[in-house]
Amino acid sequence: MSLLEVTGLHVWFDLQQGGELHAVQGVGFDLDAGERFGLVGESGCGKTTTILALMGLLPPTASVAGTVALAGENLLERGERTVSPHRWKDVAMVFQGAMNAFNPVKRVGDQIAEPMALHEVADGAEAKRRVGELLELVGITAARADRYPHEFSGGMRQRAAIAMALACEPKVLLADEPTTALDVMVQAQILELLVTLSDDFGLALVLVTHDLPVVAQVCERAAVMYAGEIVESGPTTALFHNPRHPYTRLLFAATPDLYGDEDVASIPGAPPRLDRPIGGCPFQPRCDRAFGRCEEARPVLRSVADRHAAACHLNDLPQEVPAA
Amino acid sequence: MSVGPDVATGDIPAPRLRRPLDATWRIVKTQPRATAGFVIVLFFVVVALTAPWLAPYGVTEKVGPVFEPPSPEHPLGLDDAGVDMLSLMMWGARVSLVVGFAAALVAMLIGGTIGLLSGYFGGRTDTVLMRMTDYFLVIPDIPLMLVAAAIWGRSLSNIVIIIGVIYWTTTARLIRSQVISLRERVYVKRAHAVGAGHGRILFRHILPQVTPLIVANTVLTVAIAIFAETAIAFLGLGDPTLTSWGKLIENAFSHNAITVDAWWAIVPPGIAVALVILGCTMVGQAIEDTLNPRLRVGHLSVRRFRLRPLQGTDQV
Repeated sequence: MSLLEVTGLHVWFDLQQGGELHAVQGVGFDLDAGERFGLVGESGCGKTTTILALMGLLPPTASVAGTVALAGENLLERGERTVSPHRWKDVAMVFQGAMNAFNPVKRVGDQIAEPMALHEVADGAEAKRRVGELLELVGITAARADRYPHEFSGGMRQRAAIAMALACEPKVLLADEPTTALDVMVQAQILELLVTLSDDFGLALVLVTHDLPVVAQVCERAAVMYAGEIVESGPTTALFHNPRHPYTRLLFAATPDLYGDEDVASIPGAPPRLDRPIGGCPFQPRCDRAFGRCEEARPVLRSVADRHAAACHLNDLPQEVPAA
Repeated sequence: MSVGPDVATGDIPAPRLRRPLDATWRIVKTQPRATAGFVIVLFFVVVALTAPWLAPYGVTEKVGPVFEPPSPEHPLGLDDAGVDMLSLMMWGARVSLVVGFAAALVAMLIGGTIGLLSGYFGGRTDTVLMRMTDYFLVIPDIPLMLVAAAIWGRSLSNIVIIIGVIYWTTTARLIRSQVISLRERVYVKRAHAVGAGHGRILFRHILPQVTPLIVANTVLTVAIAIFAETAIAFLGLGDPTLTSWGKLIENAFSHNAITVDAWWAIVPPGIAVALVILGCTMVGQAIEDTLNPRLRVGHLSVRRFRLRPLQGTDQV
């Protein structure tokens, strides 16, 4: 049994004009303590929605189905009542744009201490001491706890946001685009920090990003999301060197290479609308290798190698040699 | 264990204590307009507080002939009953200011609460509360105040409540619009994720952000409330046992001060009301401008810099 097991996660949003938007369509993954898992895909593919669903933080217009098992206990069983005891205590999160996760009129230290008090982990002087430790842990002097967020640089705020996520010593850390909007130096430091945390404390890390090199650098395994579903998942190296879904291949091709002579390829078109049913493969209109079946049947995620799964009809064709 | 360097560790000065109200105080201290307004209001507050000791005569004490003009003994003359106007003005300040501040406080409590709840919870709560606010906005205030005062009785506390219950709408709308923007901030979502309940988010995270706005609005409401009190008293529905500026004007008016040219019985209370309103408005607007710089149009002024002829060109 893994530490965190997500199976068949669906999220729908009620639309104001009626109808629903099927934002997450049967996402499943699992991860163990100390493991780092990447969730990649372009904007609007349901990455953030997926992890907000894990935290039970979706807006009231959303409905959720599936299971999110933390050490065997289903967090979604009874909605808010089963999530809230674990939220932040066992599963914590670094928000997208975490630099804004601080209330500008309250001291950083007090805000890091807030979850401790609310979850009765520590209080008063003990909480203050732990805030200092956490700040030192992420590379900020403990004395800065008395400062206000605007007195921090962007990178420091990002570190402080990580410190805040660690306040209750969670088992799982969900990091939503933790390095977006940071320069490469700070980005490297933050990633190094996240790696160290999972190595040293056995923190299971879910890294949501659209930045493939970041995933390659940090995560052992990753899943590629497209149009609300996972189209390919497996060890990062396999995804890089032996992608079994055209979207993964094209996504990597769209990443500029430092020494590259090749042009950066782009994937024409945009992800499909999720407020109406999709007949065949959702990627079919943009796929460079689509064939007849892609329009008719929706491919399902199936194993293509050890711990490597992809949802593509190409993998069913015996003569098809996967593009390396 | 530490990961990565702390950029700009440097020497850290002692952290300053900053509370939302400090910001307000700083505006009053630094902006000339706010300082002037504050001094005006402070003057009347001091007068009101010290009236029992400083007022030269009593408010029912007949010290000379009816409508005696100003003299060195009675700098503001005497009123329709031969009572010293200066003493009446000082005692009247107490009632006018108490009603003004107390009613503004009532308005602030009602408006603040409704604005916070409406903005924060949104949806149906917002609809219900805002439609209610709309009703209060469209009700003509003076007639409503007169009817209410006539029905509930003309005591000081009733007048405070009536004025407060009518003038909370602006505060509610302003606070609501601000809260709607605040509740979408990431840190509010984070506070929720961290385990904070609605009460905690409202009072610890949102209220401190809107406090200066509430203060600015309350100061402006004080001005409106003092004016409303004067109007009610002038129309003869003030507390009959108390002297307020509005009542002084009403008294003089109904006793033909105008036909006997006794301007001293009408003009001073009028000026006092105008000055207090001016003072409150100056303070309130200065705070508001600081909070919302878009209200200041002055920065669009074209005369910020002067064009100068280039060196060597002939000056005509």
